[in-house]
Amino acid sequence: MMKERLRFRETRNMIFKFFIIVCTLISIIPLVLLIVYIFRQGISVINWHFLTSLPKPVGEAGGGILNALIGSLLIILVATMIAVPFGVSMGMYFSESSPNWVYKIAHLCVDVLQGIPSIVIGIIIYIWLVKPFGQFSAFSGSVALSFMMLPSIIKSTEETLKLVPHSLKEASLSLGVPYYKTMLRVIMPAGISGILNGIILGVARVAGETAPLLFTAFGNPFMSFNIFKPIASLPLIIFNYAISPYEDWHRLAWGASFILVSMVLILNIITKVTETRWKVQF
Amino acid sequence: MESTILRTEDFNASFGTTHVLKNLNIKIQRKKITAIMGPSGCGKSTFIRCINRMHELNSNATTKGKIYLDGQNIYEQNPTILRRKIGMVFQNPNPFNTMSIYQNVLAGYTLNSYKLTRTKKDEIVEESLKNAALWDEVKNTLHKKGTFLSGGQQQRLCIARSLAMKPEIILLDEPTSALDPISTSKIEELLYGLKRIYTIIIVTHNIQQAGRISDYTAFFYLGELTEMDETKTIFTNPKNIQTQNYITGRFG
Repeated sequence: MMKERLRFRETRNMIFKFFIIVCTLISIIPLVLLIVYIFRQGISVINWHFLTSLPKPVGEAGGGILNALIGSLLIILVATMIAVPFGVSMGMYFSESSPNWVYKIAHLCVDVLQGIPSIVIGIIIYIWLVKPFGQFSAFSGSVALSFMMLPSIIKSTEETLKLVPHSLKEASLSLGVPYYKTMLRVIMPAGISGILNGIILGVARVAGETAPLLFTAFGNPFMSFNIFKPIASLPLIIFNYAISPYEDWHRLAWGASFILVSMVLILNIITKVTETRWKVQF
Repeated sequence: MESTILRTEDFNASFGTTHVLKNLNIKIQRKKITAIMGPSGCGKSTFIRCINRMHELNSNATTKGKIYLDGQNIYEQNPTILRRKIGMVFQNPNPFNTMSIYQNVLAGYTLNSYKLTRTKKDEIVEESLKNAALWDEVKNTLHKKGTFLSGGQQQRLCIARSLAMKPEIILLDEPTSALDPISTSKIEELLYGLKRIYTIIIVTHNIQQAGRISDYTAFFYLGELTEMDETKTIFTNPKNIQTQNYITGRFG
């Protein structure tokens, strides 16, 4: 009797384990197929010419994505420069603060910000920055993306700094080190791997964002380094080429997709590496 | 010659509505070891944290009364300056895990952005580590991370770190309670040697330890100073019945 019951339980365990493994595999398959498909479509387009030349008008063969590549890097760089100081400061405030009303309201705002559709952020930045200045600009695109990066930077800074032992802070303060130096030189370095992770994941998250750039960076078929003028970007070029009626442009869109996916993949791999390499043991 | 370095005047401390220290009047003698004893929750740690104002990390901590260091009220001084004069060693060793042994000893200077010459740095590191009886064990691995050391060595590193700042008083909050007996005896020996130069206040749960190393002993009970005298007197002829019961192991 006992033995039978035990066998019955073990069978149920087996079934349960089998079930979760199957579910995992089923959800991985489309993801892998997706990446494989993009790579197969994109890889044939990629060559030196594709990466180093500007788009050509319809009808002319060839043409590349150099301006979009530079534009994307520029927009993301400026967005990171805006988001990091604010995000890290806010994360630090959250990790240090007792839950008073400022903390609660700010926390709620960050949670809501995370859920705001990217197109809405694009429209808001359009109203705040593009309309008053009378022109689309890379800078306004960067501001829109920096809003989208904030939650990931704030959350990861807060969580990492909360894990730094209180005893380190005490050690530093008891040596007569002022609070701000304690935070910047003892607590921050101890949590640096987590903070970097948050930043890189934030970058990976916004690298492919198209919607907020439609109303802000706008796109530009020519090369531009001016962040106060409209600029091209990878997601925008994919969007524009993909909805065009020309077979040739569709191929370019696949190439650009391939570059974008590779960038995000590489960023994620970097995250994994910094996670293990820079981790500080407590 | 005895002289008072630190004295409290009707000192009270509370966390929120909990009254932890009640009307303390204590005198601490210069270049002596004063042990603070008492059962758990009697306010020992709170008291020494009030001396270098570390209790202020707790946002609902309040104090009333005065503590004088060399005749000056510490609550009228800048806490960061005060903490350079009053070093602290904690219950659990807490070396800076991102820094080497060498950098750990100098942390008080580098984190405060003092500029030191190379020779001066070497000098401070060697002297502090020697005073903390750690030099011989680490002189060949000075540039390794401090966290590679054993618990007892880490604690001596923390002592060296606060010695490097040349404080007037060193506060030790149960510095050996997380250590094994051999490490403990090393730290006790080291403290005994240090009182030539420094005033030491040590919180301890270990009655024998207080008896072994201290010149004066203060016995706290429920936030009040029950008795304070020379250690010899406290151990051989306590005036208070609670002190006697605690020392003989009847409670605590």
